[in-house]
Amino acid sequence: MRITASRTSRSPRVRAVSLGEARRPPAPLARLVLTASAVVAAGLAAIPLVYLLVRVVGADGGEVLAALVRPRTLELAINTVGLTVAVATACLVLGVGSAWLLGQTRLPGRRAWVVVSTLPLAVPSYVAAFGWVALTPVRGFWGAFVVLTVCNVPLVTLPTLAALRLANPAHEDVARTLGRSRARAFLESTWPQVRPAALAGVLLVALYVLSDFGAVAIMRFEVFTWAIHSAYTSQFDRTLAAALSTVLAAMGVALVWAERRLRGAQARHGSTVAARVVRAPVRLGAWSWAAGAGLTLVPLAAVGVPLAALLRYLTARASTGTRVPASEVAADALSTVALAAGGALVALALALPIGLLAARFRSRLSAALESASYVGLALPGIVVGLSLVFFSLAVVPALYQSVWMLAFAYGVLFLPKAVGAVRASVEQVEPGLEDVARSLGATRARVWARVTARIAWPGIGAGVLLVALTAMKELPATLLLRPTGTDTLATSLWRLTESAAYGAAAPYALVLVAVAVGPAVLLTRDAVATVRERRDGA
Amino acid sequence: MALRRALAAFSLPVLALAVAGCSPESPAPASSAPQASSDAVADGTFTLYSGREEELVQPLIDQFTVDTGIAVEVRYAGTTELAALLQEEGDASPADVFLSQDAGALGAVAKAGLFALLPEAVSAAVDPGFTSTDGSWVGVTGRARVLAYDSEALDADEVPASVLDLTDPAWNGQVGIAPTNASFQSFVTALRVLEGEDVAREWLDGMVANDVQTYPKNTAILEAVQAGEIQIGLINHYYWYQALAELGEDGMRARLSFPEAGDAGAIVNVTGAGLLAGASDDADALAFIEYLVSDAGQRYFVDTTYEYPLVAGLDVPDGLPALADLTNTELDLSDLDTLGDTTALLTEVGLL
Repeated sequence: MRITASRTSRSPRVRAVSLGEARRPPAPLARLVLTASAVVAAGLAAIPLVYLLVRVVGADGGEVLAALVRPRTLELAINTVGLTVAVATACLVLGVGSAWLLGQTRLPGRRAWVVVSTLPLAVPSYVAAFGWVALTPVRGFWGAFVVLTVCNVPLVTLPTLAALRLANPAHEDVARTLGRSRARAFLESTWPQVRPAALAGVLLVALYVLSDFGAVAIMRFEVFTWAIHSAYTSQFDRTLAAALSTVLAAMGVALVWAERRLRGAQARHGSTVAARVVRAPVRLGAWSWAAGAGLTLVPLAAVGVPLAALLRYLTARASTGTRVPASEVAADALSTVALAAGGALVALALALPIGLLAARFRSRLSAALESASYVGLALPGIVVGLSLVFFSLAVVPALYQSVWMLAFAYGVLFLPKAVGAVRASVEQVEPGLEDVARSLGATRARVWARVTARIAWPGIGAGVLLVALTAMKELPATLLLRPTGTDTLATSLWRLTESAAYGAAAPYALVLVAVAVGPAVLLTRDAVATVRERRDGA
Repeated sequence: MALRRALAAFSLPVLALAVAGCSPESPAPASSAPQASSDAVADGTFTLYSGREEELVQPLIDQFTVDTGIAVEVRYAGTTELAALLQEEGDASPADVFLSQDAGALGAVAKAGLFALLPEAVSAAVDPGFTSTDGSWVGVTGRARVLAYDSEALDADEVPASVLDLTDPAWNGQVGIAPTNASFQSFVTALRVLEGEDVAREWLDGMVANDVQTYPKNTAILEAVQAGEIQIGLINHYYWYQALAELGEDGMRARLSFPEAGDAGAIVNVTGAGLLAGASDDADALAFIEYLVSDAGQRYFVDTTYEYPLVAGLDVPDGLPALADLTNTELDLSDLDTLGDTTALLTEVGLL
């Protein structure tokens, strides 16, 4: 993180941005309050890391070193890195490609395509893996690669699509008139403008792959999370598990650092005003069919395959005559939605100061705080869950195993999704606009409410929805932290698949996907609005 | 534990020096565990952490509540996760009773000094060898290790009578195991105890060389056999019966074969329950553990989960060989808690 910060401060672009900010009157108090809140928020987000530290310090050093230096650890680490790189690359290519088709072309039925492209987010990767194992012979590396890729592509597609909306098309138009091919013009002019958004999505994908155990276990591809789970399962050694988890945390830090380097300073080519310049979308002509087929592939693999598998079990179930009471499924759905909404609000509260600070007052501190909030995402859910058990019992024992602590856990677990959204959205608001408002006599608070928040809100809202969506699917931490006797759709699904009652589990999985489709579709509202706007304008 | 650490320090002096500053938590000796109190308090409710599945256990708990009027708050999660959770919670745990899928988790919680000692009447209900040696937990049911085979690929008499034969090239790529599964590891421990370290290592190496397929758990193995992906899977017997209840006779492509008596592949593992130290004076919690080893409790497991009863005088589920036929006189089940060495061996051959 230190390296990240020094790199950023050396960047000439950043210097230019800070010079731009120096032009505005400084607000020491606002900055102080913001920094203090960001430090507190990042501190809460770093609970899992603190926990790892406490456990490792208390560990039998010889045992930990023996576990870390054996050949098997290296093998698992290599598998993890290979899978992460492969999935991240595939998601980058598929996500940017989809975003371009959805945002820049005259594809028939684009609004529907945007919604369809978001659907994979509604499917937990363990459910998708289950479907693929049930219906196809794909296993091992390729199985894990396919499932994790198709489930995560929208994490790249959506932010890229949003960034394309705000990108200034003038650059690409100029490049085209100067004789550049369409692809080259895109790569040289538009890509640099959407790159930060795309890479932020790729970072979320990569961290998810590091932490995933459900899908890789079902696909029997042995990665680092296997070693961590084996420490719990066969040795009952949470200390060893924590020590092994530090390797994943280190990989997470490396990813966050790499993303910062690649992202560079946010290029403010885009401007809220210029984006309103309407540009005719690319005509696909006969290629429309190919584009449609391409866009269908990912949702089909992520949603279609598991749905088909679940329906097969559901119909097999109907013949044996056992029923799942609809009221139980409904009750679980209700608690799932309520807890996820609570988690999303917690994430928003924690993400606002961190994201605002990172967007408006760049410094080593803001970079470090932002990075710290990301690393927990690289850790398996059971480790994060235990860290919050530890925190809750030590600090607020009265809230232990309450819905409040579970919602808080969701907020901490999926905070990066909201932090990235807040930072990116606020960065998109041109400081010039705020200056104009200020020069017209508006107070700082009024500028924030009427200008900054208004423009940034759709993006921030999308981040919050993403947190809610992910929280609905969360399993390992939920099992540890939920109030005794409370079920969510994910825990019921787990309970029934544990006892191989797949027929009974199918309704829960179907309802979970159905419930998650809600926020997934809402996520696309912004993008759909853009499409409509463009069409009306064209 | 201390001896192992000392040996590790001896063999790795440099590493030991490097970490001399770290002081590992030492487990509380079992002797300091509180004894379940005779003048216990009953408030009509207690909290159970169940590592056993809700589908299987909840009806029994409901029956217990009807019979005794005691309400039970149940927290369901995997046995492994609950053992980790109990260790993390320590004295602050809201749990009064831990119901576990396997003896290893109970041993780990006992070793951490978190269990109260059970009254003699409870711990003596189950034959030694199927329960804890010090009364820190009690065995509840038994589960036999079996071979599930693909009936479309094999006839019953083609299935090997001993797991040792599975290293034969004829089974290349055709056998499924779950190396992280506690029951599988107990079997490997039994193999080490019965046949010696060299045979165990040779067998594991042979299995790896024979392209043994690894799965995260028993159900995944059974599904693979059902799907014809592998011909033989090493699982616990009752998974097959559960699948039978779900899919019906016609849905069962997999069939069961019991290895011959005396084979390491034919051992019996136990599930069990323990009373948390903080609940040593909780009459309700103790009543539940007593219920688990009562006739009613034992019969429930026989009829519903097809497991072996551990209290004498009850019939085994239909179609299963008698527990006595599977009990290996050369094997003391208390030896099976030397799991650390087994995981080391599994790690060495590259299965963990």
